[in-house]
Amino acid sequence: MSRSIKLAVAALLCAGAAGASAAHLENIGRSATPQEIKAWDIDVRPDFKGLPPGSGSVQRGEQIWDSTCATCHGTFAESNQVFTPLVGGTTAEDIKTGHVAALHNNTQPERTTLMKVSTVSTLWDYIHRAMPWNAPKSLSTNDVYAVLAYILSLGEIVPEDFVLSNKNIAEVQSRMPNRNGMTLDHGMWKVNGKPDVHNVACMKNCETEVKMASVFPESALNSHGNLADQNRTFGEVRGLDTAPKPAAGAADAAPKMDAGHALAQKYSCLACHGVSNKIVGPGYSQVAERYKGKPGAEAQLIDKIRKGGSGNWGAVPMPPQAQVSDQDLKTIVHWILNGAH
Amino acid sequence: MPHENQKRGRILRAPENFLDPALCAGITTEGLNAERRAFLRKSFLAAGAAVASGSALAQAATASGFEGDPNILKPTRAATTLGNPVAMHPYGMPSKYEKNLVRRQSPGLTQVAQASVAFAPLQGLFGIITPNGLHFERHHQGWQDIDPSTHRFMINGLVKNPKVYTMDDLMRMPSVSRMHFIECGANTATEWGNVAVPTVQYTHGMLSCCEFTGVPLSVLLDDCGFDRKRGKYVLAEGGDGSSMTRTIDMERALDDVIVAWGMNGEMLRPENGYPLRLVVPGVQGVSWVKWLRRIEVGDERWNTKDETVHYVDLMPDGQSRQYTSIQECKSVITTPSGGQTLLDKGFNNISGLAWSGRGKIKRVDVSVDGGRNWRTARLETPVLDKCLTRFNIDWTWDGGPAILQSRAIDETGYVQPKINQLRAVRGSKSIYHNNAIQSWKVAESGEVTNVQVY
Repeated sequence: MSRSIKLAVAALLCAGAAGASAAHLENIGRSATPQEIKAWDIDVRPDFKGLPPGSGSVQRGEQIWDSTCATCHGTFAESNQVFTPLVGGTTAEDIKTGHVAALHNNTQPERTTLMKVSTVSTLWDYIHRAMPWNAPKSLSTNDVYAVLAYILSLGEIVPEDFVLSNKNIAEVQSRMPNRNGMTLDHGMWKVNGKPDVHNVACMKNCETEVKMASVFPESALNSHGNLADQNRTFGEVRGLDTAPKPAAGAADAAPKMDAGHALAQKYSCLACHGVSNKIVGPGYSQVAERYKGKPGAEAQLIDKIRKGGSGNWGAVPMPPQAQVSDQDLKTIVHWILNGAH
Repeated sequence: MPHENQKRGRILRAPENFLDPALCAGITTEGLNAERRAFLRKSFLAAGAAVASGSALAQAATASGFEGDPNILKPTRAATTLGNPVAMHPYGMPSKYEKNLVRRQSPGLTQVAQASVAFAPLQGLFGIITPNGLHFERHHQGWQDIDPSTHRFMINGLVKNPKVYTMDDLMRMPSVSRMHFIECGANTATEWGNVAVPTVQYTHGMLSCCEFTGVPLSVLLDDCGFDRKRGKYVLAEGGDGSSMTRTIDMERALDDVIVAWGMNGEMLRPENGYPLRLVVPGVQGVSWVKWLRRIEVGDERWNTKDETVHYVDLMPDGQSRQYTSIQECKSVITTPSGGQTLLDKGFNNISGLAWSGRGKIKRVDVSVDGGRNWRTARLETPVLDKCLTRFNIDWTWDGGPAILQSRAIDETGYVQPKINQLRAVRGSKSIYHNNAIQSWKVAESGEVTNVQVY
């Protein structure tokens, strides 16, 4: 092969290689239809691009809240029993300045959503895409406006007779307590950003006090279970045996968890119901007590869990639990009716 | 019953006088006879039951007349019976002796297991690859097992041709396979103030590393004709209940981001986004959107819930740093580590992991005296970009108290900081991005405890 032919072949090969990496994904994928884009493109940006028109009142929001949201978030969105609180820790002064003072002076035990969130669009977007917890995306557009109006009223960002809409939401943004609380002044957005903390790699007789600033307490060694059971029983090291020593003569096998109990844990029923104590809803042994010996109790409880309900144990309603299979539901109800041990 | 060798404290010291002195004397002067042999065997069996380790026997071997380890002398069951057939477990599982190494939750961290974390057992892992069943879990509204034949992936926004792809489409495309670490931005969050958890599983276990296979996002963006001028960001969105959304810089998106289906040679696990997730090398895990259903090209950031309510770093002045994405250089010693105990003084191998979201690991130094003196550890290959790197260093433990630390340096020259240096700049309320040097205290008993030393 002459040199010029070789070069020509090489050039052809290069062209072929380049061709393989661009403009060539022939017959892969298809154009999205406008309806498909509408169905999925649900994000709402801070400039309200993507916000659908609609409106909802604080009053309507309170109704939805009590039936759908209060279970997890508390009547006044202040509960920390299931999730971190949504409302609290913001002041009229914060609404004026756009900086939440409690984030600076640490006067609030827990940082709430209204203390942290900088844009109202974020709340609209998230309630719409992910709430309620066990039935995401089931709220209508107007209901999302209403629920958001109610939360904002609890934070005294809007008055109690407010009707939130796509027309006035920009004005609400100008009252968000932490709207000026964010900064992009750091080097952790870009790979080649500038670090803010500097150490030097000293190797010998380094200046350090070797100060024992904090030591994991011996009394808490078993807080995460027996560490011996979290390491191999052979090899370079062993896990520390941190199990409390059983009293002499005590049975050494731990009682096995009932299948219904395990399922109640799996489906996070136990986030709201204690085995014997009330959390948000009644404790299971209390439920067992009430339904003890009643005919049709099993079917009744299955129905209640499936469909949700309120008024039996207090004002906070239980949301429907459609995600639990029939078989699992039966097992859970059996466990409850047998005393929830 | 916990085995004797799991008890706390330095262990497996040979019971020095486990051989009856009269028996020893008899063997020394008169050699072994059948009676003495039987006594000896009984003594070894008793000692073996007590410590079940080669260590006691190694010491015993120096005793005169040592016949040998019964595990060698006695025919073993495995070597004298017919084994199991092939394909008895069509999908293989770990040995029954490995059940201690599993993902675990940290008690009290969250109220609801669908919005929670399961930590990877770093204390028992080797090398740099996380086995798929041990990859850490973090879900925001529970995990789903999505039927790949119904899964769709859409690209829209500032593109000439918004498109829909099936898994069939995506898996026909030119794919890449690359190894990268994934670390949750909140990894080591519990340690900003004081030490709060006992082991490396809970301090650093929101960390995993896999070989991911998928198509570069840049190829897909090109295929849709994205707007190179106005398209400054992309939004990634998941197909789960939370429909997790995160903003990613276009520069990142076009660099090494992958729309991935493969994980260590098989499909992604459902807990890790089956059948499709985003891989954003060097960036915190929350941006690696699982069950990925959509990418939107835009000209502004989205300020989503996990970009303003969570995953922002609160500074001492009350301002929150937003979009703190890159996981800066960090390392941790995994063996020996908190909640473990050393077997004995003498030679021990110190082993750990180092990584950086800004590139490759250049060097790891290890101190055994709380940071006064350092030696450079061996880096095991491969040493890859934005990937875990395994380091090892020899250590002859003199049996005295020690404080073990590792300090990683990445290819930019950045040196992993001490916790007091981090706090001096960022305070202790920021939750996220704690990449401080970790200290483990070794007591004379061999017990290793989580401590903060600087």
